[in-house]
Amino acid sequence: MSDGSFMRHPLAALTLARFKLTIREPEMVFWVFVFPILMALALGIAFQTRGEEPMPVAVRDAPGAAPVLAALTRGGDLEAFPAPEGDELALLRDGRAHLVVVPGSPPTYRYDPVRPESRLTRLLVDRALAGEAPHGAARTARTEEVATPGSRYIDWLVPGLLGMNIMGSGMWGLGFGIVVARSRKLLKRMIATPMRRSHFLASLVMSRLAFLALEMTALLGFAAWVFGVGNEGSFATLVAVALIGALAFGGLGLLTACRARTIEGVSGIMNVVMVPMWVCSGVFFAVTNFPEAAQPFIRVLPLTAMIDALRGVMLNGDGLAGIGAELGILAGWGAVSFVVALRVFRWQ
Amino acid sequence: MRFKLDENLHPTMHPTAAGSPALSCTGLVKRYGDLTAVDGLDLTVHRGECFGLLGPNGAGKTTTIEILEGLLAPDAGAVEVLGSRWGADDDALRQRLGIHLQETQFDERLTVAETLGLFGSFYREGRPVADVLETVGLESKAGTWVVHLSGGQRQRLAVGCALVGDPELLFLDEPTTGLDPQSRRQLWSVLQRFRASDGSILLTTHYMDEAQTLCDRVAIVDGGRIIAEGTPRELIASLGAAHVVEFDLTPGHDAGPDADGLAVRMAGLPGVRGAGRDGDRWQLGADDLQEALPALLRFAEEGGVTLDSVTSHPATLEDVFVSLTGRHLRDV
Repeated sequence: MSDGSFMRHPLAALTLARFKLTIREPEMVFWVFVFPILMALALGIAFQTRGEEPMPVAVRDAPGAAPVLAALTRGGDLEAFPAPEGDELALLRDGRAHLVVVPGSPPTYRYDPVRPESRLTRLLVDRALAGEAPHGAARTARTEEVATPGSRYIDWLVPGLLGMNIMGSGMWGLGFGIVVARSRKLLKRMIATPMRRSHFLASLVMSRLAFLALEMTALLGFAAWVFGVGNEGSFATLVAVALIGALAFGGLGLLTACRARTIEGVSGIMNVVMVPMWVCSGVFFAVTNFPEAAQPFIRVLPLTAMIDALRGVMLNGDGLAGIGAELGILAGWGAVSFVVALRVFRWQ
Repeated sequence: MRFKLDENLHPTMHPTAAGSPALSCTGLVKRYGDLTAVDGLDLTVHRGECFGLLGPNGAGKTTTIEILEGLLAPDAGAVEVLGSRWGADDDALRQRLGIHLQETQFDERLTVAETLGLFGSFYREGRPVADVLETVGLESKAGTWVVHLSGGQRQRLAVGCALVGDPELLFLDEPTTGLDPQSRRQLWSVLQRFRASDGSILLTTHYMDEAQTLCDRVAIVDGGRIIAEGTPRELIASLGAAHVVEFDLTPGHDAGPDADGLAVRMAGLPGVRGAGRDGDRWQLGADDLQEALPALLRFAEEGGVTLDSVTSHPATLEDVFVSLTGRHLRDV
């Protein structure tokens, strides 16, 4: 008999029951753990091999740049453009240039050797410059390795996927459990006992936070192991962002589920809430792709705020101060939705 | 005595048991829009008593019991449960109640023991899970997920969850609906043991045999009102007939098609207390079958009517309901 493991405190018992119910749902395990990893894998691989597109190369605005530009452009494999010295690191980080050529004799290449596309570009630049420079000059070109954390698409994608995952499992984790219990009349049965309603809701949040730890470990661990995705910021800050995000989306989940009587009903509301954010909040491509007029609206979406905050920490190494605005937006969404949800919550 | 009941199932009731009644309500009214689900209902359940609300679906039984359980607020009327009113200290009151609702579906992927443990955690002084498992006969299913239980086992789990807080008063809303006869008997014996340990029970049912087997007193509910109340024995005695004879009847040439005339003539037969008809099926109330049956057969022979599918049974609460409402419990 397994009831010996059940703790007697109702909050502990409820949390453990919720945790077990979640982990015993195979679909849940797939969507929470497997799906984001598959997504990272598929997109990480897809954007590593760019096909036939010309490789962007920046050439430092310096004396001798013109012939280098001309030589690089000639073959068609490369797309060379001049860039001022100060922009070079940003270009490399954003992937707008795979390599920077500093004109000279011999020229200097600045690039991140971890990036396969940069190494490929280096070979193409070598070949292109071989015809121009004095014999052998290109082969003796100096290289200057530049570490560009977060410059690959996968580095940029992983915080997006993490944000999307926290949104999805936060909303489903709370909303689904509530609506299932309500539609099965279990919620009504539970409030017929001396159970405290706050314990029931708190158990959903606590079980959710336990899963958050597992989800983050799985996705970030996978991304670090397979793609070498790192975290520029502090781990504690990253956890804090995830925690605030999980609570905010937990609140939204509670809000979507506070009245719904059926799973179908709550699924519809969830999709209405989440799908626009999947599209707009910059999970897969930058928010800047949307028109300027839409930016203020997109910026205040909770998923946008969370992904921006996660990218700030993971890519730029921002501390809490650097992402204060995003955290404020998240906390606001969380607080408002919790308060509203608890006011209108339907217990039976 | 004119009919037999198992005396073991009906220990003598003590309506004057010490203290406040287990439960009482007066003038209960609940309306849903134009529909009056409960229409001025009074009842009292004594301590140590098993009280049954018997009535067809839609009679207002569930609404009534949910008001008494403090889950619904009545539009009018007063409720007192174990000497307390709802709204004062509900937590303390709920600690002393066991509640079984209709159609609760427990989480499918928790085991039986986990479900009982979870519900037990809500009570300050609950019973050990192992103890409840034994009471409801689910020891061998302790580690089984709820999804793999049969209907009868799920109902016993539901009753177990109502018992896990060691309640003084148990509410059961149609605890055996949809169960096979064996599962019903198993549940009945669970409730009889609870009753025997001085627990009080209020249950709703639309099975007259269940009310007759389990309940010390029964209120027959129809249209949100109590239309009759008493011990099963008293209610049945109120029919004035210990037996019911049922048969199909094909009128003969000289009897004519006049059903009312037939009814009057049959009601006047020796040993017969009354005659009535439900569709094609006739019923006679009879005090004495030895006298009534030969008289009925003679009447058929002389009147040229043909009797078919003749049965007789001791009068039941079902017959009481039919005589009061003209409908069967199961019909509505």
